[in-house]
Amino acid sequence: MQQVILFFIRNKSLLLFFLLFAISVYLTIQAHSFHSTKYVNSTSHLVGGMQKNISSVGDYFHLKKDNELLQEENAYLRELLHNENRIDQDKIDSISNDFAFQFTPAKVISNSYTKSHNILTINKGAKDGVEIDMGVITPNGIVGIVNKTSENYATVQSILNTRSQINAKLKETDHFGLLVWEKIRDPLHVHLIDIPRHTEFSIGDTIVTGGKSTIFPEGIHIGIIDDYVLDEINNAFTIRVKLFADMTSLNSVYLIHNFDYQEIINLQEASNNGIE
Amino acid sequence: MGLNNVLIQVFRFIILLAVQILVMSNIKLFGYSSPFIYIIFILGFPLNTNKNLLIFLGFLLGLSMDIYSNTGGVHAGACVLIAYLRPTLLKISFGVSFEHNNIKLTQAEFKQQMVYLASMVFIHHLTLFALENFSIKLFLQTLESTFVTSILSSILIYCIIIIFSRIPNR
Repeated sequence: MQQVILFFIRNKSLLLFFLLFAISVYLTIQAHSFHSTKYVNSTSHLVGGMQKNISSVGDYFHLKKDNELLQEENAYLRELLHNENRIDQDKIDSISNDFAFQFTPAKVISNSYTKSHNILTINKGAKDGVEIDMGVITPNGIVGIVNKTSENYATVQSILNTRSQINAKLKETDHFGLLVWEKIRDPLHVHLIDIPRHTEFSIGDTIVTGGKSTIFPEGIHIGIIDDYVLDEINNAFTIRVKLFADMTSLNSVYLIHNFDYQEIINLQEASNNGIE
Repeated sequence: MGLNNVLIQVFRFIILLAVQILVMSNIKLFGYSSPFIYIIFILGFPLNTNKNLLIFLGFLLGLSMDIYSNTGGVHAGACVLIAYLRPTLLKISFGVSFEHNNIKLTQAEFKQQMVYLASMVFIHHLTLFALENFSIKLFLQTLESTFVTSILSSILIYCIIIIFSRIPNR
């Protein structure tokens, strides 16, 4: 027994080091899994509030650019508004009964794009109705998915995250594939994988969200085709997509709330349980 | 450590974290490389103090960075490692003499300073990026990030130490 105690006393630095290092590795692994960043993150009141104050200093510098973006979006919406009358009336009637998607504006208070697992923090939280798995977009294109919320803040797993997988399709032909980010440190491009070999497309075509997921509505712009290679083994194309959204300077974003989300998930779970 | 010294260390801890978060983390050289200067706290911690205290403070320092930058325990792990290895690296860089003579790090030879600084920064950054990427697939990118950022951080840290060690009676 005395030997054991002596051992502990002699090696207490080493043991302290191992203990603290093990805690760090545990926290790291936990941060890498999507939904379970429990303790160490910036949604806490203190850190979130700090980030908000810091980002408010920088706000003035973006004012001009933000105005331009808003103007662009206004123009687009106005276009939609005025064209809507020309679309056949039946269609409008049938969807106007209940909206499936609601858009909430939010502001990015902390952004990262240089790591392999990039996370953003936004200034809306559970109090404003933000829930896990809500989609986040800018006027230009998609940004990511909410992965953690607190009372006043939420964190968003960016599409620039090697763990992100988003359903996307070619706007022209409706062939869909998986949007992933493989090349870290390239915040301008993502890759669309698993596009079947027989698909016809050309450089410059638009990529939009696929609507096969319950998170994003169909047809939200993502980017244009920049380059592609044919993967002989899988018999599928891997397409490099140039993003519309500038992920390095995000400020105003919109959160998408799908009112049918819970219903769809419940249904899928029920039918999965039925099979097993 | 006298009360005065404790206050100096607390002050350093806070100021270095603030500078790192407010200024350094916003620098993105070559599009991705931000220097990490907050480890000056560990580099310049008084020599004649308890080793375990530094390991614990290193953990706190790293954890503060992690909470701010949403990175789990990446910084904490890297800081704990260099805090633990510091006595060994001091011995390698400055010889055994530092234990007895209580030399000042800022007055040592340039070559010795550089060996100490570069090895601490390199170990910290390697651990940091390895934990952050956490995959064998990104091995080459991890090494590249480590080298580029280490050079950047070392130069900046050296400049900062030079500037502040010139201030008399600190």
